[in-house]
Amino acid sequence: MRIELTDWGWRHAARTSWAVRDITCTIEAGERVLLLGASGSGKSTLLHALAGVLGGGQEGDETGTMLLDGKHPTRQRGRVGLVLQDPDASVVLARVGDDVAFGLENLGVPAEEIWPRVRAALDTVGLGRLPLDRPTEWLSGGQQQRLAIAGALAMRTPVLLLDEPTANLDPAGIRDVRDALGRIAADTTVILVEHRPELWLDLVDRVIVLGPDCGILADGAPAQVFTARRAELLAAGVWVPGAELPDLGLPAYAPGPDLLTTEDLAIGYDTPVRSGLDLGLPAATATAITGPNGAGKTTLALTLAGLLPRLGGRIRVAEHLQPPARRRRFGRTPDPHDPGSWRAKDLLTRIGTVFQHPEHQFVAATVADELAVGLHALGHPKSAIDARVAELLAVLHLDRLAGANPFSLSGGQKRRLSVGTVLATEPELIFLDEPTFGQDRRTWIDLVRLIGRILGEGRAVVSVTHDPDFLALLGRHRIEVAG
Amino acid sequence: MIAETAPSVRPTPTGTRLDRLNPVTRIVIAIIVSGPLILTLDWLSAATALVAVVIAALAVGFGIAQIARRLGVLLILAAITGTSMALYGEQGGRVWFHWLLITVTDNSLTLALAVFLRVLALGLSALLLFGDLDPTELADGLAQIVRLPARFVLGALAGVRMLGLFAADWRTLALARRARGLGDTGRLRRWLSMAFALLVLAIRRGSRLATAMEARGFGAEDGPPRTWARPSRLGRADVVGIGVAVLIVVLAVAMSLGFGTFHWVGSAG
Repeated sequence: MRIELTDWGWRHAARTSWAVRDITCTIEAGERVLLLGASGSGKSTLLHALAGVLGGGQEGDETGTMLLDGKHPTRQRGRVGLVLQDPDASVVLARVGDDVAFGLENLGVPAEEIWPRVRAALDTVGLGRLPLDRPTEWLSGGQQQRLAIAGALAMRTPVLLLDEPTANLDPAGIRDVRDALGRIAADTTVILVEHRPELWLDLVDRVIVLGPDCGILADGAPAQVFTARRAELLAAGVWVPGAELPDLGLPAYAPGPDLLTTEDLAIGYDTPVRSGLDLGLPAATATAITGPNGAGKTTLALTLAGLLPRLGGRIRVAEHLQPPARRRRFGRTPDPHDPGSWRAKDLLTRIGTVFQHPEHQFVAATVADELAVGLHALGHPKSAIDARVAELLAVLHLDRLAGANPFSLSGGQKRRLSVGTVLATEPELIFLDEPTFGQDRRTWIDLVRLIGRILGEGRAVVSVTHDPDFLALLGRHRIEVAG
Repeated sequence: MIAETAPSVRPTPTGTRLDRLNPVTRIVIAIIVSGPLILTLDWLSAATALVAVVIAALAVGFGIAQIARRLGVLLILAAITGTSMALYGEQGGRVWFHWLLITVTDNSLTLALAVFLRVLALGLSALLLFGDLDPTELADGLAQIVRLPARFVLGALAGVRMLGLFAADWRTLALARRARGLGDTGRLRRWLSMAFALLVLAIRRGSRLATAMEARGFGAEDGPPRTWARPSRLGRADVVGIGVAVLIVVLAVAMSLGFGTFHWVGSAG
């Protein structure tokens, strides 16, 4: 299928600026394209438009033309496969076989042809050995993404679009998705959005880079694009393979005494997923928690951070970090050693947590109020709160968005704000769940600088992460959670 | 053969002959059994129905322990409704006990027994019929046999799958409030902020799901007619099932008519 875009653009309804504009290019059948661009450059919008799922005139305005074999994409729906970033989002039905069959049913494929095609597609993505009635919710993130790819392949769509399919995956999951893409028939056009190009270079023959202010910044063979346009790409926040990171101002590795230690700790929501954990978190040091999807990394972080009750063993917090022992009039008396029993207010100045999805932790109507929530809970005077919020807004580069609703921010801005809400009350131990996940290079550098600053102030940072670049810089003290 | 390649094992099958019934048939059976039980109000028809349901359950392969466990749950519910009927039910005959609004009479005790048995019979048949109902198979049946619109049925089916995600979201939202220092007081306000955040997340998840479904050709107006990978059919088992249900109902009503205990809802006893 031939894809032709001429001065194409899209503006979401009720927005003044264009999500993407001035796109002119032709993609021939069977091309393998890596689509790059900074956050907010409109990569996802472009993919959704190609899949014909952007919606009609009520959803936004279209300009220029986008033609797939001479037809508007909404008339080619079902001939273009789309795999979304979040594995949860791509799975439609409750069982593996049914989920792959779903697209075929919609296309009107006769029932007797459906199951052989389902099996063939699952084989291609390396899931051929799963029983067809395996519940989809039992699959790991990497398996769910491969299931989504199988769902598209079974439809024999001439075009397959993938929107950051590996952003949520551990290294093994990324490898499996890569292998699955390598096995796709040669006449299928593949357009892939990913932040980190180096993993995909041997699978693609063309790179298209969307510019920060609309239009195409670069288009060509990978080697040529990355050498000839290197400076512009870096300036636009695009990851360029082999480009060195600037000096990020990280303090030298010098672990202090342990702030928190565990003895035979058991973690989990209702039933233990891990037990017998003996670990320590040194002061003023970056600690990384690594391990495959589903191993319990986040559960471990939430337990150490005093949010989830431990299911066994002990947690001991350094003396100076313990809240004063006080009797509670109602409920349990907190144990100063165990953060899980502390009052929420006691956590604020001692242990902070940034969740993987910032939306989970936003509670206020504006960015400024969001930063002030913890300070209010501590009962600080208004003048002190205002001063601290102003200071944080500047550090986070969010000054111009002080009055905006947190939910309306871009991904990178939300991430910075969620880190800021924790910094506001200056805890000594800070947990970050996947801090750099899905960020463009510029935001990534911002975040790592911010973490360097936190470490420089003598605080300890514990990150749950898969990010190899992050680990190279901040992963010297590491806790591996086995699969 | 399609039947061999199509997935047939459910995550939690009970392994009884009920599995041979189409989910639509199960709904029809539930309606047939519950109709007369809701419209009448005498103890004998309910007792007959309860006994017949238990016998039918044993016949299709439920173990005594399985039935007893379900009855155990229902006993509490039945006892509560039965007791309130005994205390406040329509008066008549000998007065056994009287205190303020409470009057226990012959009539109210008979009513209590009738209601007690009724809750057991209705509840047991519903629990047995729907306890292991598979949403996917139900959707297949509703769309192919009842001919409800596929858009509606499959949309609802995909939505059901999201409920588990919402539960996980809610839990994370609660932990995140604690991390923000909001775990100690102001429960109502915290709850409202969680409800708002959940709504935002739900809308986002819903629209992403709709995108994923559309991208797989779902709901295309000019598309070909949809086919079904899992044909949903009615067979002999379904005829037998409905026959048994009709038999139970006829037996229950005939007994109460025959012994003169028949009693419509609302009519004076």
